[in-house]
Amino acid sequence: MKLIVAEHTGGKLTKATLEMVAAAQNAGGEGPVTLLVLGQGVAGVANEAAQYAEQVLVGDSAALAAYNPEVWAAAAAQIAQEGEASLVMIGGSRSGREYAPRVAVKLDAPYLEDATSLSVNGTTVQAQRYTYLARVTETVEASAPTVIVTVKPGSFAPAAPAAAAGEQYDVELELPAARTQVTGRSVEKTSRVALTEADVIVTGGRGVGSPDNFATYVEGLADRIGAGVGATRAVVDAGWRPYAEQVGQTGKTVQPKAYIALGVSGAVQHLSGMGKSKFIVAINKDAEAPIFKVADYGIVGDVNQIVPALIEAAKK
Amino acid sequence: MNILTLVRQVPDAEARVKVSGSAVDLEGATLVIDGMDEYGVEEALRLREGGANIETITALAIGPKRNEDALRTALAMGVDRAIHVETDEKLDAVALSRVVAQIAQAENITLILVGGQEADWDSQALGAATAERLGWPQLTWTNELKIEGESLSGRHDVDDGNESFSAPLPAVVTTQQGLNEPRYPTLPNIMKAKRKELRKDTLDTYGAANTVRVVNAEIQTRARMNRVIDGKDPQAAAEQLLDLLRNEAKVLA
Ligand SMILES: Cc1cc2nc3c(=O)[nH]c(=O)nc-3n(C[C@H](O)[C@H](O)[C@H](O)COP(=O)(O)OP(=O)(O)OC[C@H]3O[C@@H](n4cnc5c(N)ncnc54)[C@H](O)[C@@H]3O)c2cc1C
Ligand SMILES: Nc1ncnc2c1ncn2[C@@H]1O[C@H](COP(=O)(O)O)[C@@H](O)[C@H]1O
Repeated sequence: MKLIVAEHTGGKLTKATLEMVAAAQNAGGEGPVTLLVLGQGVAGVANEAAQYAEQVLVGDSAALAAYNPEVWAAAAAQIAQEGEASLVMIGGSRSGREYAPRVAVKLDAPYLEDATSLSVNGTTVQAQRYTYLARVTETVEASAPTVIVTVKPGSFAPAAPAAAAGEQYDVELELPAARTQVTGRSVEKTSRVALTEADVIVTGGRGVGSPDNFATYVEGLADRIGAGVGATRAVVDAGWRPYAEQVGQTGKTVQPKAYIALGVSGAVQHLSGMGKSKFIVAINKDAEAPIFKVADYGIVGDVNQIVPALIEAAKK
Repeated sequence: MNILTLVRQVPDAEARVKVSGSAVDLEGATLVIDGMDEYGVEEALRLREGGANIETITALAIGPKRNEDALRTALAMGVDRAIHVETDEKLDAVALSRVVAQIAQAENITLILVGGQEADWDSQALGAATAERLGWPQLTWTNELKIEGESLSGRHDVDDGNESFSAPLPAVVTTQQGLNEPRYPTLPNIMKAKRKELRKDTLDTYGAANTVRVVNAEIQTRARMNRVIDGKDPQAAAEQLLDLLRNEAKVLA
């Protein structure tokens, strides 16, 4: 089987999970596409999963109430082994990329990290991935009975529901106790469309000037055109914006249809997170700013003057 | 306790990357210690300076000759000794973790610090793979770290925000920007570092076999239109941009 560990939040599968389903369906290779749903009280998620996968395996228990890398790795490895999975697909999220290597070591299997394409030919799995701060695209390959892959969000078009619902099975898992204690949590919620799911993103950099300006210009424009809001690391480090909005090497990787950068210089670490956007728009007062080199459309000007005019014009 | 901190020598982030044939070509590139690894070196030193009972801080590099420079940087920053497992073979993280885990055991290590993401291969895998081999817990994307007796505490980033944690030692921690500000090696420390131990080792005894082949590398750039509008008349510029986004790119309604 091709085993996909489902990611879900708020009782729903993430878009990244549906992208993995599509990747598995189109990769070639043998065996049913199987979603593994882990958590507590996940019957709803399992039902949703059955609309997309031929088989759904459900691990529903108190031990799975909260994510922990060692627990998730044990669950995924056990099911992969029992089901003789040829492919184990895990989300290319922060959490996915932290437990996937543990699964690979447990199964003594090769690990292809952060794949943007995937093809299976017999026991050989080939994938592409971005390296050198996303400036290079490498093709990597591994041959083994089981190969572990993490899939970069936004790289595949999400799967559509299948005509017939898949079968659901409960699974018994032998799980280790979590050794890491979570002593506090700060969740960064936004009422806007999630960054990795947005078609249009408006991002503000230090050039926006202040937290107040960020609210007026960046959020103002985003709300006017129904876009998600992003930020550069400089702005996050300055405490203007939450980390959840950071785009770049150490933030999120996004690939929207349009990425509108306001007062962003275009450092390589930032470009590595948004450089694959379909259209890039830059507004910056410095005509030499590196962001213009990757921009399709740009305005050389002051965000304080241009953005109010844009918000006004967008009303029409 | 003993700390192992992993370092690598990589192309500077601002350096132009080039591809020759089907592989990345580092010829002529400016090489530096991986910024992510520098946070690990700095953190090890700070933990000691903060009063944790740390006997030896060892920097480890596995890779080609150039990594010696990263080890020299770590020694000059203040680590006690260095180990270089020299090989020209590019090993994947699962294979590398075999080497790191064996060295950690041989050196009686309690805490391993690993860069959160490699500046060249963009991989985040080695820390977790090593933790699994050793049967240790791991904390990734750490931006605050304390040692209290036999346990670690701190804060790290997770999918939707951040968490405070505590975890038993031994453990693997991956580092990132924000954890600290790495120090610059001073001239006296650079001189002193020349006398510190840099042990050379080979891959032979570790049984680390690569399983991931790089079959091609290319620089794919999307051609950009670079249509730049002068913003002297903000209103006209704004209207022109909106028109392009709506009617040419068709990305806005
Ligand atoms: C290990 C590492 C990881 C990193 N990870 C990330 C990451 O994930 N994401 C990220 O974004 N960065 C990251 N960085 C930081 C990155 O190198 C840059 O420092 C950062 O992206 C710069 O943010 P900025 O563009 O907002 O600020 P600046 O570079 O200060 O640019 C501000 C821009 O605004 C323009 N400007 C100023 N005033 C105005 C005005 N009134 N109107 C219009 N334009 C104006 C200026 O011309 C300038 O181009 C990382 C760095 C390191 C070392
Ligand atoms: N060849 C190597 N030698 C020493 N450390 C390494 C090597 N490869 C990776 N690392 C360390 O592992 C981090 C992430 O590696 P990985 O998990 O393989 O992506 C790097 O930033 C280094 O700290």
